[in-house]
Amino acid sequence: MWRRNLLFLGLIAGGVFALGAGLMPPRQPKPQTRFDASAYQAPDFTAVVDRIDASFRQAWAEQKLPVAPHAPDLTVARRLALGLMATIPSLEEIRQFEYLPLEQRLPWWIDHILQDRRFADNYAERFARASVGTEDGPFIFYRRRRFVDWLAEQIAVNRPYDQLVRDLITSEGLWTDKPATNFITVTVQPDNKNQPDPVRLAGRVTRAFLGLRLDCAQCHNHPYAEWKQADFQGLSAFFGQTQLGFTGIHDAGGEYEVKDRRTDEMHTVAPRVPFASELLPTEGSRRQQLAGWITHSQNPYFARAAVNRVWALMLGRPLVDPVDNLESDTPAPPALDLLASDFIAHGFDLHRLIRVIACTQVFRLDSAAEHEIGETEEKAWSVFPLTRLRPDQVVGGVLQASSVATLNAESHILFRLARFGQRNDFVKSYGDNGEDEFDGHGGTIPQRLLMMNGGLLHEKTKDSPLNASTRIGWMAADDAHAVEAAYLSVLTRRPTPEEAEYFQRYLSDSELSRTQRFEDLFWTLLNSTEFSWNH
Amino acid sequence: MEPLSRYPHPDRRGFLRLAGLRGAAWMTPIAHLLARAAEAPAERRRPAQSIIMLWLQGGPSQLETFDPHPGTNIAAGTGAVRTAVKDVQLAEGLERTAEEMRSVALIRSMVSKEGDHERGTYTMKTGFRPDPTVIHPSLGAICCHELPVAGVDIPRHVSILPGQWPARGGFLGESFDAFKTGDPAGEVRDTKSRTSRERDEQRLKHLEVIESAFARGRRGRVEGTLHRETLERARKMMSSEQLKAFDVSGEPLALRRSYGDTPFGRGCLAARRLIEVGVRCIEVTLDGWDAHVNNHAIHREHLAILDPALSALLRDLRERDLLKRTLVVVAGEFGRTPAINAVGGRDHWPNGFSVALAGGGIRGGKVIGETDPEGKEKPANPVSVGDLHATILTAVGIDPKKVNQTPIGRTVRFSEGEPIAALLEKKS
Repeated sequence: MWRRNLLFLGLIAGGVFALGAGLMPPRQPKPQTRFDASAYQAPDFTAVVDRIDASFRQAWAEQKLPVAPHAPDLTVARRLALGLMATIPSLEEIRQFEYLPLEQRLPWWIDHILQDRRFADNYAERFARASVGTEDGPFIFYRRRRFVDWLAEQIAVNRPYDQLVRDLITSEGLWTDKPATNFITVTVQPDNKNQPDPVRLAGRVTRAFLGLRLDCAQCHNHPYAEWKQADFQGLSAFFGQTQLGFTGIHDAGGEYEVKDRRTDEMHTVAPRVPFASELLPTEGSRRQQLAGWITHSQNPYFARAAVNRVWALMLGRPLVDPVDNLESDTPAPPALDLLASDFIAHGFDLHRLIRVIACTQVFRLDSAAEHEIGETEEKAWSVFPLTRLRPDQVVGGVLQASSVATLNAESHILFRLARFGQRNDFVKSYGDNGEDEFDGHGGTIPQRLLMMNGGLLHEKTKDSPLNASTRIGWMAADDAHAVEAAYLSVLTRRPTPEEAEYFQRYLSDSELSRTQRFEDLFWTLLNSTEFSWNH
Repeated sequence: MEPLSRYPHPDRRGFLRLAGLRGAAWMTPIAHLLARAAEAPAERRRPAQSIIMLWLQGGPSQLETFDPHPGTNIAAGTGAVRTAVKDVQLAEGLERTAEEMRSVALIRSMVSKEGDHERGTYTMKTGFRPDPTVIHPSLGAICCHELPVAGVDIPRHVSILPGQWPARGGFLGESFDAFKTGDPAGEVRDTKSRTSRERDEQRLKHLEVIESAFARGRRGRVEGTLHRETLERARKMMSSEQLKAFDVSGEPLALRRSYGDTPFGRGCLAARRLIEVGVRCIEVTLDGWDAHVNNHAIHREHLAILDPALSALLRDLRERDLLKRTLVVVAGEFGRTPAINAVGGRDHWPNGFSVALAGGGIRGGKVIGETDPEGKEKPANPVSVGDLHATILTAVGIDPKKVNQTPIGRTVRFSEGEPIAALLEKKS
């Protein structure tokens, strides 16, 4: 009998151990991902970075602008995590980062991120917002989740960007089987025999892939841009033969007809591109022709639109504002064309584009400076912009800050599921930005209420063996180390001497319990301006 | 040290501009009020000051609500009841609302171009069809933007029981988004600190330390983020007496019963209380009208919630002399097909549906438009969504033709339509 009891206890102990190992795996102090530091030293890589830096420096010199100093490496690491993965570095990752020699740290970190699924997932969601928006769409014919997953797979293997866009525009088949076709099916009109809408497609294509707002010409001739209504209709006509049937999206014959807004008469419109018509292929279906023209290496907008968007994702603000209007009144900094040429020359390699931007002087500038910073400095990029984080970045930060270990695709499935729910609830309450991802507004009262009093923050800072606040309190050698670990976890920096002194004193002589004091410290760090803004 | 108000605000507009914070114009509501008071001629009729939007999410059937056609094929058995206004009938199930008909005007010929829930909701709430290049503000956001109020610590734009697509600020900025809150039986979420007062105050002192470290070398820009100002306003709201307006438990039992013991009924009662403390626009959602199957049963069930709440709200507002300055709108994203489908349901129908308006500046008892009793012809005297919005804006004293600049510099009117003169009380 006692043998069976022992066996039973042994099984339970084994189960607990296995669960514990699954939930809290042992962590490595040494970086595990591979990277190639020499790629960052290659002559053709440093040459383009130098050219971009020189172009900015020339502009600063011409305007006699003072330039902000270099930002600390940890600040740059935080920007990279937020800009590429929509979260902040974990304490574990910071330790790995600092384990490396100084000159290897940022190259390792960039490559580490580019190999991380969190990067692919985040960029997939960002590109999805630009190309299909956030709406639920017609629910039978549209699978947004599949579309985003497919995009993430493409981004993870670094599929050339032009090929990816060609897939979106030209794919055929069922939305469930060929996820790229969801780009077309999201526009399916229930009140028009469930057929895709060429007008919305033309609008999406031009804004997302060319950075042009031709759809403003949809209703009227644009007062200051050169686009005419006929240009937009000509573009729409490329989707005029695209149909939805039993086999999904396919191309049939027929001509594209539009109704004249004044006379209500129908007339046929032939496919026509608004500029650079010599780049239009003569072979293939109408959609294939359009895709060939859009992604042509000589199309003056395609690469620039992509560069402008990636820059905006990484720095919080596009080179040309708004991000989907390259023809706005403000002239683009030369960096836009320099980056675009390099992007084209390297076969639309997104990873390289990200590496180049990450190595530019502008990306490494501090957001603070001794001198006065005004609008001119901000506009000229002689200081790093201060931009508000998106809701998904805020919640990514809250979740990561409250965990010592990295929350990535390797976390236990139970934790990942829980995080998925927490993330969605938080974003819903915080207020999703929708498609307008680079909107500079100043934050709302419900957001502050949610951060001060909301359930997630309470859950993630309270006394629990899973929370960083509690674990740091237990494990830090002394108060000085504990305050430092809290700052690194939440703000990715060490406390200033004043901050260190203030909080060490608080930790030593407060009447509260130690875990309550750590809870308060984390609450405060998470409610600071510094936490909610990219800097 | 006085927390949270340490920094002087010498030139607020200056750094609003600096940070490109376009939606923050509400920062100087008193100045706006004074300016408006100065320009308004004294003899003008006082327009409504607030809007209560009862949002029937899913698309209620006009035939089972405000536009019955008893005895016809399309009625499919739905009867009608007489109302306080001669010759105007409502569908059975709206008996109590029928008694308030002298305050209610109906538009029975609404036409929209959107037959999808999300797009239809956008259209009805903003007055414009979805446009990929701009997000239009909803009615409530426009009112808050154009008619600032002083002395209100709680949000001036509220959505009770928000559906999937609550009212938004659009290009006016997300500070004009509706503040979302649930059934008034519960507390307003996140307005209570989770710790003791002492710890809470100590946390704010801690925050000062971190904030001043971050402000070093970026002071002007950190002020420009308005992070701290927003935090300050949130804290003001947390301690405000006005927050009690969300709590209906103190109202007399009989009154609470008359609104109905439902989340929606409580929402309507809270809306009246919010109007009293100066809130501009409250949206209360009653979801679930999407009756593709068993149309009649679904409508019976929902009318049993709507009828007491709507009638009690109108009566309560009138008895408190608030109806004159409160515009009540009852609408959904579209109507439902005249024909009954194979499973006893009605499908989406944006080509002739009903909206009810009551109170503030609206001529009660009036009916605009008429639908075909056979459900074949287009409605007579059709009213576009733009016209509806122009009418509502005019009723609250906002010029619907006013042109606004979107953040990218595009000019957009508040409404594309023309106000329906027959629905508006004459200016006296």
